[in-house]
Amino acid sequence: MAATGYPIRRATTGEMGGLVLAAGCVLPLIIIAALTPDPAYAFHVSLAAVASLVAVFLIGNRCFSPAPSPAPQEIDGKPNYNMDPVKFATVAAMVWGIAGFTVGLIIALQLAFPDLNFDLPWTNFGRMRPLHTSAVIFAFGGNVLIGTSFYVVQRTSRARLAGDIAPWFVILGYNFFIVLAGTGYLLGITQGKEYAEPEWYADLWLTIVWVVYLLVFLATLAKRKEPHIYVANWFYLGFILTIAVLHIGNNLALPVSILSPKSYVIWSGVQDAMFQWWYGHNAVGFFLTAGFLAIMYYFVPKRAGRPVYSYRLSIIHFWALIFLYIWAGPHHLHYTALPDWAQTLGMTFSIMLWMPSWGGMINGLMTLSGAWDKLRTDPVLRMMVVSLAFYGMSTFEGPLMSIKAVNSLSHYTDWTIGHVHSGALGWVAYISFGAIYCLVPWLWNRRELYSLKLVNWHFWISTLGIVFYISAMWVSGIMQGLMWRAYTSLGFLEYSFIETVAAMKPYYVIRALGGGLFLTGALIMAFNLWMTVRHGTVDAPSDDHALQPQLVPAQ
Amino acid sequence: MNKHHDPASEFDAATGQSTTGHEWDGIRELNTPLPRWWLGIFYATIIWSLGYWVIYPAWPLLTDATKGVIGYASRQEIEDDLAIMRKDRAALASGLADASLEQIKADPALFRVAMAQGKAAFGDNCAACHGVGGSGGKGYPNLNDDEWLWGGSLAAIQTTLQHGIRVAGNNDTRVSQMPAFGRDGMLKKDEISAVANHVRELAGLSTQPKADLALGRKLFAENCAACHGPAGKGNQELGAPNLTDAISLYGMDLASVTETITNSRNGVMPAWGQRLDPTTIKALTVYVHSLGGGQ
Repeated sequence: MAATGYPIRRATTGEMGGLVLAAGCVLPLIIIAALTPDPAYAFHVSLAAVASLVAVFLIGNRCFSPAPSPAPQEIDGKPNYNMDPVKFATVAAMVWGIAGFTVGLIIALQLAFPDLNFDLPWTNFGRMRPLHTSAVIFAFGGNVLIGTSFYVVQRTSRARLAGDIAPWFVILGYNFFIVLAGTGYLLGITQGKEYAEPEWYADLWLTIVWVVYLLVFLATLAKRKEPHIYVANWFYLGFILTIAVLHIGNNLALPVSILSPKSYVIWSGVQDAMFQWWYGHNAVGFFLTAGFLAIMYYFVPKRAGRPVYSYRLSIIHFWALIFLYIWAGPHHLHYTALPDWAQTLGMTFSIMLWMPSWGGMINGLMTLSGAWDKLRTDPVLRMMVVSLAFYGMSTFEGPLMSIKAVNSLSHYTDWTIGHVHSGALGWVAYISFGAIYCLVPWLWNRRELYSLKLVNWHFWISTLGIVFYISAMWVSGIMQGLMWRAYTSLGFLEYSFIETVAAMKPYYVIRALGGGLFLTGALIMAFNLWMTVRHGTVDAPSDDHALQPQLVPAQ
Repeated sequence: MNKHHDPASEFDAATGQSTTGHEWDGIRELNTPLPRWWLGIFYATIIWSLGYWVIYPAWPLLTDATKGVIGYASRQEIEDDLAIMRKDRAALASGLADASLEQIKADPALFRVAMAQGKAAFGDNCAACHGVGGSGGKGYPNLNDDEWLWGGSLAAIQTTLQHGIRVAGNNDTRVSQMPAFGRDGMLKKDEISAVANHVRELAGLSTQPKADLALGRKLFAENCAACHGPAGKGNQELGAPNLTDAISLYGMDLASVTETITNSRNGVMPAWGQRLDPTTIKALTVYVHSLGGGQ
């Protein structure tokens, strides 16, 4: 160490604890990897052993770094924000996003042209589909949520992120979970629960990461310098807390053995179905709605340079949303073995959820009062406004589809897929794109994005893609539902199942085209962000140590 | 909010509202009241839900749940729907149930019903293997031609449908078992090659120049003729296919024929009588018979 000239400093408590834990895991993991008869599981456990070694190395390396440790909370009376984990999450979000969109395009093409399954287990639709859903929801969406939440909670609390290595543990640990989940699907490891496919060991790991995430977030809020907690942080907290409860409840399982990736979920029969959709629907409600509303509540007013439309609406719709959403899951199980009373509650709570959902749309859109002209010149703001329009449309369509009479037509058809993607592409991805377009210049201290013109291209190409996608799925879904229930005048089914599949083929091709356009837009975005970081004009040093968000001037 | 009017609150000219006086990272909030239409619709959905809970089963109690005032149950709803369907079909179905296959074939009204029901049943049960139009595929017979493995008369088709092919535990199922001549060591590789060439010769197809057709003929007579007949014309009683017509379930190219002789095939079909009611089997029989090759 003398050669580098850095003195060995005392490790902090966090570093010490991390070192001991990571080092302590290595040997047991190697033993498990050596003993297990399952090669895929051995691969995962070996990955974990390597990750533990890397953690030991990274923490050890930190102890020799010249930076004062622990990092000061403030420098010259200004908060010393910890933005490196946010940078990592932003890059990870783009990488996973493009991977997830690409896999989505592949499986869309597989549905239209089944030969693209290539008759290989790893590339078969059954394994690629959870890879797609997890990549876009948890890898892309999750990194956007964790990254922006760490950014927003610091800036709106005027406090450095709590924890020394904890924020890094959250970001890296979460992404390690993503790697376990994704490679597991391809190798055939799954517990077969939709949107909760990873097996027990990955679930346990995520639980640890998530609890640390909650603690980091809470501790940061606790040391805030603002008298009140900003509305975005209520939504982030609601999201983090509820996801923890949902994840644990749905994934309670007994592993066959510590040497086996297989486990059995403790719920069975209709109780299991109910738990699954309580989880599944609230993953939509708290991950994809509450979490992204938090993003909206920071980035829309910031970008528009306008005050939030209504403080009162934000309170009422927040509490109404989180109270009502948690009940709506049974609408995924209409006309099944689920008791009628539960179906009734699922449907009626979904209907009551309509206005609380729209509260977020109103608050976002009306925040632009006095700044509507910016939509003409700022494609980033336009993207976020269109995301709110898609949000409003999806949160109207959702309650509509929860009505039993409508559901009897729409359930099990492509209409559901269309509905999900109007929310996923239109709302979740667009608000994320908007936030990332804002964040990258702020995080890397660039005056502005490399090219607003490219943002414009991204916007129009992907909007066209979304329109292709969802209109194709609406038509094909409703057609499918009508064909299934069509009777001849003699009272027999008009169409066989395979005829309904054949009829959907043209729409599957259009859907794949839409997905291709959406992916193209994301690639343009990645290029634009890359050029912003690499070649953007460095912003003048700001007077505080925080990164100073700056509105992009209208062209 | 107005009671604790914050001195830091500001008036926003664009909206005519004041802010709450708080600020986070430059973001302020307006003190706009809840939109009336928003609140109105929210209350309306709540009132509608309250009404729905009174009418339909809704809230769980200790051992049961509230039943709702109209006595609705989704199980009853499906029972009622099915009862209506059964009643609607009863007149038609009883006609089919009481008539023989020949009577159905001869009566235009009954035939029309049988075809409608047969087509629906075929689409849901048979099309997955035999194709929507019954044109079959490798290993799944084409039902449109007049080449039959087990007979194309109404009665033969009904028996095949009812009891299936090679269904374990079904005494009346269609059974035949061609030996796996190669796998079980009954014929050597070059002998199989000779027989395969002879089979192609029987079908009027080309043979390999170096093929020992005389050996093939001799081995065929010894090993195959008992079921397929001396001239290879087949035998529907035994389910032995006609080898002379170039129509083959598994392909007549040399590689496919060699594979069939070496390992045998022994395809299966479910015994639909265990899954479908007798009327549906009748309708399917008439439908399949009418596809083109009925005898």
